Amino acid sequence: MAKTKKLTGRKRDERIAAYIFVTPAVVLLIAFLVVPMIYTAYFSVFRYQIMRPDAMKFIGIENYIELFQDKNFWQALKNTVYFTIIVVPFQCALALGLALLVSKKFRGVAIFRTMYFSPQLTSMVVISVLWSVLYNANPNTGLFNSILTSLGLDPISFLNDENTAMNSIIFMSAWQGAGYQMMIFLAGLQGIPRDQYEAASVDGATKFKQFLYITLPGLKGTIKYVIMITMIQAMKLFTQPYIMTQGGPKNSTKTLVYYIYSEGFQRGNFGYACSIAAVFFVIVVCMSMAMKKVTTSTE
Amino acid sequence: MTKSMQFSAKFGKFMFYFGNIIIGIIFVSPLIWMISASFKPEAEIFANMDSLTTFLPVQASLNNYAEVFSRLNLPQVFKNTLLYIALILIFDLLVNSMCGYALAKFEFRGKGAILNLVVALMVLPMEAIMLPLYIEMSQLGWVNTLAALVVPFIAKCFSIYMFRQFFYDIPDDLIEAAAIDGCSPMGTFFKIVVPISKTVYATVFILDFVAHWNDFMWPFLVMTGEDKRTIQLAVQSFFGTNPVHYSAIMAALVVSAIPMIIMFIFMQKYYVEGIASSGIKG
Repeated sequence: MAKTKKLTGRKRDERIAAYIFVTPAVVLLIAFLVVPMIYTAYFSVFRYQIMRPDAMKFIGIENYIELFQDKNFWQALKNTVYFTIIVVPFQCALALGLALLVSKKFRGVAIFRTMYFSPQLTSMVVISVLWSVLYNANPNTGLFNSILTSLGLDPISFLNDENTAMNSIIFMSAWQGAGYQMMIFLAGLQGIPRDQYEAASVDGATKFKQFLYITLPGLKGTIKYVIMITMIQAMKLFTQPYIMTQGGPKNSTKTLVYYIYSEGFQRGNFGYACSIAAVFFVIVVCMSMAMKKVTTSTE
Repeated sequence: MTKSMQFSAKFGKFMFYFGNIIIGIIFVSPLIWMISASFKPEAEIFANMDSLTTFLPVQASLNNYAEVFSRLNLPQVFKNTLLYIALILIFDLLVNSMCGYALAKFEFRGKGAILNLVVALMVLPMEAIMLPLYIEMSQLGWVNTLAALVVPFIAKCFSIYMFRQFFYDIPDDLIEAAAIDGCSPMGTFFKIVVPISKTVYATVFILDFVAHWNDFMWPFLVMTGEDKRTIQLAVQSFFGTNPVHYSAIMAALVVSAIPMIIMFIFMQKYYVEGIASSGIKG
């Protein structure tokens, strides 16, 4: 009798403790994630200029109608999708290649791992400033163009040409980010049993065949995860074009997040910017749900 | 082993090193150029672009660093940055680990709903909510104050999730034993569970430190006062401020990376494990 009483007392203590434990986090999540999320949807059906909050007016789906006819929106969406489609396979392949180079234990392996990881030790702001200087179109001041000209090639305008600006940002972003994904791949590679390789090499399988039939299938889950996080990160592209090109030349590097920023904060069209943000949110959520489905369905 | 096999193994090993060295050098060359340029006089940076000396700090001096220190109020900038990150991290580790523990070990009504909320909000991009969040900050009178940088970013779904996964694996026997000894649920957590969970705290600490050290967009929106700038804002504005001295800009970039490098040296194990484990569990 005494024992059961003690137990129910403990159960009650536990329940009280549970609410004390979860309340701060839940309150903060609701106040600063859920409420702003609801307000994004709410403001998106209003005409709302930040300078004239008194003139806020309900306009239904007009912002969305305007949005789907807005050339700049489609351009921003196109640029964002282009960046994502190119940078994801490029960066993931680069990361996997680097991981394979340093997956075995050999003398000096830690040094090479740190070298590949080192761009991660600086911030995206730092990297964007540095590469703006390196990408300078003038061969006398831009390192990359000086290398190109000394190899006898024509200089490239990199950030000053609408055909190369986004690709320049892609290349730099992949270089900066690959070290992070390399670390995830390294952990994935540790999970593949050694004896599979030994059996394969006894059977005379070449290194390439081993890669194709052992490494890649063994990394399936890791690859999907890496693609998912790289994709979501890529969709949020802002810092690089903001610092390097201000969205130019000719809007070729203006992304969705950049467009949210410039409409909302630079031009003060808050309601309209919220409708872009809502569309952006739906795209990102759909993408991650689709990826989740792919990741879980085949395992 | 035949001689030719020995040779081919040696040759393979040589090619392996050779490849690593070449790719490694190419990989770090932009950073080497940055560091070397930070020590050179302005005229010297672009003087020998076509020779390898562009990567070497010839005529090295600390003048550029002196210029950065005199033009940017670095002690203030570092104070601003480290203070806001420290405040976030203290509350982050406390609040999220408590929530993660409750979700892992307690039975209570609404547990499933909260867990679903945490997982669902993990994919919510900050960029999609920054406009109303900004309005919220200005209505609270927090724009240009520390609160705008700290309070909205204490609760983190990813941290809660990482803590929950870790605490879930702690054997129930241990917690039962503490309870039988008369420990309250809260006492059990702080006196028994926290001390044996240093790894997960260190991992969340370093992952969130790095994430906030790199923060750019949000501080850029809410911290407009010059004396309120964080390190990334200071670097970004220095890039566009006249006189544009590339040598000094490079020195500013190097200085801004130093705290991260120190963190990496001391916390490398947890940082790398944190990145890797996110892939295995996610």
